Amino acid sequence: MGRFFVKHLLFLLLTLFVVSFLVFTLNEFSPGAVARKVLGAYATQEQVDLLTKQMGLDRPVLVRYVDYMRALAAGDLGYSARFKLPVRDVIFKHLANTALLAAIAFACIVPLSTVLGVAAGMREASRLDRVILMFSTVIASIPEFALGVFLASVFVVWLGWLPGTATLLAGGGWSVAAQLVLPVTVIVLFDSGYVVSMIRASVVEVMQRPYIRTAVLKGLPFRAVILRHALRNAMLTPVTVIMLQINYLIAGVVVVETVFAYPGFGRMILEAALFKDIALIEAGALVAVFLAVVTNILGDFAYMLLDPRIRA
Amino acid sequence: MSTPVAAGTLSASSPAASRVRARRWRRRLSALGESAPATVGIVIVLSWVGLALVAPLIAPYPPNANDMTALANTTPSKAHWLGTDQLGRDLLSRILWGARPVLVIAPLAVLGAAALGSLLGLAAGYYGRWVDLTITRACDIVLSFPVIILYMIILAHFGSSAWNIIGVLTLTKAPIIARIVRGMTLDLREREYVAAAKMRGESALYIMLVEILPNARGPLVVDMCLRTGYNVIIIGALGFLGIGLPPPDPDWGGMVKDTYGLMMVWPHMALFPCAAISSLVVGFNLLAVGLRELGLRD
Amino acid sequence: MTDGPLLDVQSLSVAYTTRAGEMAVIPGLSFQLNAGEALGLVGESGCGKSTVALAIVRYLGRAGRITGGRIRFEGRDLTTLDEAGLRAIRGRRIAMVYQDPMASLNPVMTVGRQLMEVPMTHEGVSATSARARALAMLAEVKLADPEAVMERYPHQLSGGQQQRIVIAMALITGPALLIMDEPTTGLDVTVEAAVLDLVRELRSRHRSAILFISHNLGSVVRVCDRVAVMYRGELVEEGPVRGIFTNPRHPYTRGLLDCLPTLGSDKRQAPLVPIAGQVESALARSPGCGFAARCPQVEIGRCTSRPIPSSTVHGEPDHRVACVRADELARWTRRSGTGGAHDADRAREPMVAVRHLTKLYAPRQRLRLRGSRAPVRAVFDVELAAGRGQTLAIVGESGCGKSTIAKVLSGLEVATAGGVSLDGVEVGALAVDARDATLKRKLQMVFQNPDSTLNPSHTVGYAIGRALRRLQGRSASDTGAGVARLLDVVKLSPAMAARTPRQLSGGEKQRAAIARALASDPDVIVADEPVSALDVSVQAAIVNLLTEIQAARGATLVFISHDLAVVRYLADTVAVMYLGTVAELGPVERVFAPPYHPYTEALLSAVPVPDPDHAVARILLEGRVPRADEIPRGCPFATRCPRRIGPICDETPPPVQRFADHRIACHIPGDELQRLQAPLVEPRAVGR
Repeated sequence: MGRFFVKHLLFLLLTLFVVSFLVFTLNEFSPGAVARKVLGAYATQEQVDLLTKQMGLDRPVLVRYVDYMRALAAGDLGYSARFKLPVRDVIFKHLANTALLAAIAFACIVPLSTVLGVAAGMREASRLDRVILMFSTVIASIPEFALGVFLASVFVVWLGWLPGTATLLAGGGWSVAAQLVLPVTVIVLFDSGYVVSMIRASVVEVMQRPYIRTAVLKGLPFRAVILRHALRNAMLTPVTVIMLQINYLIAGVVVVETVFAYPGFGRMILEAALFKDIALIEAGALVAVFLAVVTNILGDFAYMLLDPRIRA
Repeated sequence: MSTPVAAGTLSASSPAASRVRARRWRRRLSALGESAPATVGIVIVLSWVGLALVAPLIAPYPPNANDMTALANTTPSKAHWLGTDQLGRDLLSRILWGARPVLVIAPLAVLGAAALGSLLGLAAGYYGRWVDLTITRACDIVLSFPVIILYMIILAHFGSSAWNIIGVLTLTKAPIIARIVRGMTLDLREREYVAAAKMRGESALYIMLVEILPNARGPLVVDMCLRTGYNVIIIGALGFLGIGLPPPDPDWGGMVKDTYGLMMVWPHMALFPCAAISSLVVGFNLLAVGLRELGLRD
Repeated sequence: MTDGPLLDVQSLSVAYTTRAGEMAVIPGLSFQLNAGEALGLVGESGCGKSTVALAIVRYLGRAGRITGGRIRFEGRDLTTLDEAGLRAIRGRRIAMVYQDPMASLNPVMTVGRQLMEVPMTHEGVSATSARARALAMLAEVKLADPEAVMERYPHQLSGGQQQRIVIAMALITGPALLIMDEPTTGLDVTVEAAVLDLVRELRSRHRSAILFISHNLGSVVRVCDRVAVMYRGELVEEGPVRGIFTNPRHPYTRGLLDCLPTLGSDKRQAPLVPIAGQVESALARSPGCGFAARCPQVEIGRCTSRPIPSSTVHGEPDHRVACVRADELARWTRRSGTGGAHDADRAREPMVAVRHLTKLYAPRQRLRLRGSRAPVRAVFDVELAAGRGQTLAIVGESGCGKSTIAKVLSGLEVATAGGVSLDGVEVGALAVDARDATLKRKLQMVFQNPDSTLNPSHTVGYAIGRALRRLQGRSASDTGAGVARLLDVVKLSPAMAARTPRQLSGGEKQRAAIARALASDPDVIVADEPVSALDVSVQAAIVNLLTEIQAARGATLVFISHDLAVVRYLADTVAVMYLGTVAELGPVERVFAPPYHPYTEALLSAVPVPDPDHAVARILLEGRVPRADEIPRGCPFATRCPRRIGPICDETPPPVQRFADHRIACHIPGDELQRLQAPLVEPRAVGR
């Protein structure tokens, strides 16, 4: 157990290190770009060069990287050129917004996918299985923005039941809850399509195992066969994948955030990238990778809890 | 994939063997017909490929031509079957033309990822030890990075062009393929026919490419099919986010980006490109589901 | 309860739906089983014996269905019973034991809970009393420390222990019928013997009827009262064990017995008689006898035109046979006989010599933070030799190191210490890449698993042709004739060259693999369990082929096997291995006669022999084979040895006693062993 955490912690540090360095050096491919961004298109080259020098951007990349890491260790993430605020304030505000979206979505995805996946996989090729399999395949095939457009055209344009944007602002007369309905639905549908087919495949495989035959031929009711013998075995493979969805939900939902103008983490990075706001990009990337590795660890840990063969 | 085999096979030279091979291919194609999802999938995908090929011939208008007269009423009409966009450009023509870049970029990126990923996976699985450790760790790092953020950062930096998109898609999908191939290699390298190949003094490269890789093709093909579908989604998403293919040439995601703000007035402008991209991805994914079903029965 | 048999199967037919069409696996089968009786159902793979078991419990999967007939059990027809009715019978009145116990137990549930849920489901008893029942049952199947076993997960138990758990789970409700489907297949021979003895013992106590399904005729003899022989879904012969095994009337039953190597026969005196051809598909059935196409006694017309009725064997009222010619056939005699010594053969220069060979494996690579684990000892200080044209057999149970020796010989692994010489050249430290072309040509290998020995992506012709080109330097244009000739040597038609392994049967694949090994015209053929995955009739043909080829080419054969009967049949020299060391080594007839190493003695006594008159006192081994990290300091066999003489066994490695060319590694003096031990194999005269 101790070894498990130490091993993963080392990998976390290594990953953070590599990623931060890569993102940092990306900057090298467009020299002067930062100063140009700050000064605008009409500044002369001398002015740009001067600012570059003042900001210390002409020093070797390794030196600046070490400086950056030193500042980071002191808790200073830098200053966002796009938002004109300390990076820390910008990041955590957007992260909190996204976390709200992610938490609601995750709370829907897990039970929904598990129920559908098990219902489909427990009797392979039954009518229920075909229906669920086709539904999940089709749903997972529709890009998030298209799903957003389809749902919005029905519930916003046609029926007028819901708002088309989720800015989390009170304006427009829609409650925050109403604003969240469509983004959450889009995320849940799109992601469940994928998770359902994962779980279904795993259940189908488990149902063919000899120990399921043993359970059936013990005379157990089908319900007990599924709940007691199939479920836990069938969740072994998908549990890691399910945990990885947290990663997608926080860092990968930029498209949904853009569709609904949601002030989230992904859209913040998009803006930072388009604006070449290096400090914000760097910090955002670090946070994203941190989350990714941590969810990975959570996935492995959940697997360990479920499988006594690993625990030993 | 099996060209190195075919080149020197004794069986390849004999006419009987080539008949056997032809029969095998015919059987494979007719097998596709046995799975409803595979049939539907292949029909959708081939339809789009066909439409994309003949787009210059059948598109009623040039893709970027503005029809100012249509701006009065952009909704579907006799002149514009699917209507026009906010600049008076014919939606049908733009959708047909828009199929072209997607159907080149997505498969090319998958092929690139499959080639790179297979090599990495084979090397990691076959050699083990530090080769495996290095490749696996590197892949883990790439995989742990949320892809869409990676695209945003890279494409915002280097600008977006078809080649840049192919490049990032290849690099970010290769680790997934590498992981699959590595897993299969770990299993396949213990097979007795690999031992037999070693005992007749075959090189490691021969064993990896001729003895191991052909036996990993089943899951690899299914995954490549899925991966193509996901690539279509990602290309669409990039266009939608404004970091996809540069305007003004039609790109399904970009078409949605330009028009979804007008949905309250003209929902058709966003709906039709959305339907187009969704149907293409559905095609690829159904094909993957069907292939998997057929593979399991063999 | 009604009178009559407990289980009455009447004209049962079962079909599977396949892509090629409806396949009548069982066209119409009838048999009865009385309360408390044990019936053995034997036949080769694909004969439908397991389908019968699964049809009785109505678990045929989606593709299979019962297309006709009745299965009466305790007065009810199981074929028409609804789900609830089936549930009440499954696990309570009919219980099942399966082939692969590890796979049959839920890996994420303690065995205690898996046992307890049976009475809790069927009798609604409380957890406390279910627990007490489970504990009692565990004691009954002779598992030490039942309390601790209850808390274990399946992967923490050995194969033999797992099978005991499955048996306990089956018997916990006192079922009227116990179906055992290949319960000992895959277990080591000493473990198998212990499980079979346990089944016999429990049978006398529990009075459950047993339907014992097996391909192993020997294990049927140990457990059953009656035997039914199946071929292509039909019963060809049925009767009491003694009747079937001493007076078989059906040519197929005779064929099965004739193609089986036994401890009392060898290749010189009593060659195996394989059954010609192979089992035809169930898709194409002719109206007559299903065995006609392979039967040496077939009479076209009488045998092939109409269904074969079953008739009673004269003088044996319970013995029935489905053969129109049964009365015309001469009485069967057991094929047996062993040859004399062939010492002259053994004086030759050794072709392969293994000297003080030790192979250690590094423990599994892991990110370790502290300490390091000791390497795993696979083979330790082994000495062996085989002369030109000889057969050296290495025999032992799983994990004894026999396959590791094969790998070092072939260069797939290299020796950690000691040496291996191949025709006078030292190769122990040479991996196969480091061996020159001549050395590669000299030694080739035949592998165990027919499904993985040929690359499924390549044709047979490519596999053999590639070997010819690489090892003989043939040009591509020249290989065609070479491939055809090699296929001819292994008795395959030249048309096979264009086939892929998927289109071949197990026996054909193994023949093609032998052809591939022969491509280099090797001086040494290392065969690692080449026949253990094959059915007995096919096994005989392959064994004969190997001995024939070896004799014709004068090649040395190193034959690795767990099957003592096969080894007795074809070996000149035998090495018995235990835990990485050689316990006994010598000419085959010496190793198979006292004095034995105590481990050889236990192995021999454990072999199930398909002869009701073969009665030997079984020597059961206690405990399990020690893990690699708990190898005893003294004699490796000391922890389980029934003839252990004292602390000396635990502390001092045993001396190797030499009696001419026979060596035994044991603390007990040879003459003392000789005095204690009875012969376990009685050679019979030919044509007794």
